[in-house]
Amino acid sequence: MLCDHYRKGGEMPEAFTVKDCALIALGTGERAQNLRELRDRLLRVHSGCIYHHFWGGLLKPRFEEPEFQNDFAAWVYHGLRDAGLAERMALIDPGEFSEIEDLRRELVEVIEERLSESEFVPWARIDQQFYFIRSQIVVFDTDLRPQDPESLHLLIPKLSVGSVFYHFIDARRRTSSKRDDFSEWLLGLGESCLPLVEGLAKIDPYFSSLSELRTEIAQVFAQCTEQKGG
Amino acid sequence: MPGTLNQYAAIVGEDVIGHLRQLARGLQGSRVVHVNSTREGGGVAEILQWLVPLENELGLDCSWEVITGDDTFYQCTKNFHNALQGNQVSMPEHLIEGYEETNRRNAEELGAKLEDADFVFIHDPQPAPLLQSFPNRRGKWVWRCHVDVSHPYRPVWKYLRGHVEGYDASIWSLAEFAQPMPHPLYLIPPSIDPLSDKNRELESWEVEAVRQEYGIDPHRPLMVQISRFDRFKDPVGVIRAFRLASAFAPLQLVLAGGGASDDPEGEKVLEEVREAANNHKDIHVLMLPPDANVTVNALQRAADIVVQKSVREGFGLTVTEGLWKGKPVIGGDTGGIRLQVINHHTGFLVNTPEGAALRIRYLLKHRNILKQMGRKARQLVLENFLLTRHLREHLTLMLAITHETMERIEL
Repeated sequence: MLCDHYRKGGEMPEAFTVKDCALIALGTGERAQNLRELRDRLLRVHSGCIYHHFWGGLLKPRFEEPEFQNDFAAWVYHGLRDAGLAERMALIDPGEFSEIEDLRRELVEVIEERLSESEFVPWARIDQQFYFIRSQIVVFDTDLRPQDPESLHLLIPKLSVGSVFYHFIDARRRTSSKRDDFSEWLLGLGESCLPLVEGLAKIDPYFSSLSELRTEIAQVFAQCTEQKGG
Repeated sequence: MPGTLNQYAAIVGEDVIGHLRQLARGLQGSRVVHVNSTREGGGVAEILQWLVPLENELGLDCSWEVITGDDTFYQCTKNFHNALQGNQVSMPEHLIEGYEETNRRNAEELGAKLEDADFVFIHDPQPAPLLQSFPNRRGKWVWRCHVDVSHPYRPVWKYLRGHVEGYDASIWSLAEFAQPMPHPLYLIPPSIDPLSDKNRELESWEVEAVRQEYGIDPHRPLMVQISRFDRFKDPVGVIRAFRLASAFAPLQLVLAGGGASDDPEGEKVLEEVREAANNHKDIHVLMLPPDANVTVNALQRAADIVVQKSVREGFGLTVTEGLWKGKPVIGGDTGGIRLQVINHHTGFLVNTPEGAALRIRYLLKHRNILKQMGRKARQLVLENFLLTRHLREHLTLMLAITHETMERIEL
């Protein structure tokens, strides 16, 4: 049994509501062809653009490890051919910023630093401009209601990547604690679920594909089951 | 005949279809009307031939209307099409008048059907002015632009923009094409139908028959580029790449295209291609009729490598078709090809004939990598560029525009 504390209380806990989501991309008409334009647009684009270009990659085609985890770093490398700046931008981990505006400031800061140290502003070819995109998320219910952590554990390998995105990535900008939905729910079940919550907190979502994340989440549940003696 | 959801489930999996059904739950019974200007021929009609039946199967009340016009109307809209792709065209006043008058007449004929619909999708510039004839429209109107408008001829775009900015939303194939508008600009890339003649699985005898018909040797490697004879597709560059690569390994090339009859530029390019081929016994330049879908399918399946060495490209559906058949694609580093050819995974992006030749030699020498890339290529299309993804985004868009919020819609 994964967490037994809540059962001793005698009360049936509220079931976990499994949701799924679909994202649709929106153009903004904003574009950048050189580094200064990128900085200027970053200062004014909708915060949804920053979010999309950091996290939206999870829902895009990718194989093995992408060269760069965010679209800005990839464009700086491929469009502007500035490998040094691309490396600095790639190191920015959005998970370290509780507010998207802080992430925006960090991006601008890194670009400002580069602009101040270079003698010219790097440009991209006309057909290699950076296009700012944002996304809308449509969330719907799956009717799946695991009543306890064991049921959730069994369900995780079958979750769609949309569900993984919604509960493990999107949750961080929805919840006041900036945690994933699984942890939020488990915390409500009592202290005996803490090891599970701690295990989930150790997963770094930024460097995995959604299907890898699903596997990692399932592994944390499996490990806790083993530690509890099945 | 388009496939049914069950038939597509066999390809993409039940969970993908289940996802569509869940999205469609919130749209049951919604009256959806698609309007374009032709029932057959062209990419838009191809999309509507599967989109409309599938939306109906999902419980929406979907129909497809076609506007009609005279020669003046089609002359005008052909000019629009060329202008949107960047060609400078003159637009005499009588053509514009004919265009607007044709739309007014069609608006009267379509009447209540459009006025009462919950969603109206107007495809491309031909029916764009219809919106103005329905000031009391009930539903949401969306303009779907299928054309590459990344560098439009400005005077014509300025005129057309006046007709489309009043829509509730517009749809574009790539972010590069999206022009600023006072409404949401949705990005929905095109897709292919895995059950169509151009993409369905073929029996080996069907592929063999096409090989025999065109004198292709099954024992030597084959590279294929399917595209119009157009300088942007760089067919002469493909021949150069073939010549460079074939100096090191036995190789055959098929350059197959069609539709040059109404395009004087196309005839000229075809001549240049034939000149560059110089009757080489292993270069097959094929002019195919527009309905040669099974032939195109067979050629792509017969190929070891699919090439799309464009120097400018919209989305590049021939790339999608090649990838779907499990072939690595050597593609020009431009437009929508970049979305599909993931360098070193589903193929290679190249900028020159020399670059293409190098990658061809590499793949022919490393057969295991060629096969591995082919598997990834098919997977990429399976997950991203089949019509089920296209349909999912259409449903998502319908749900999204019925809600005021721009960020998050909870059903």
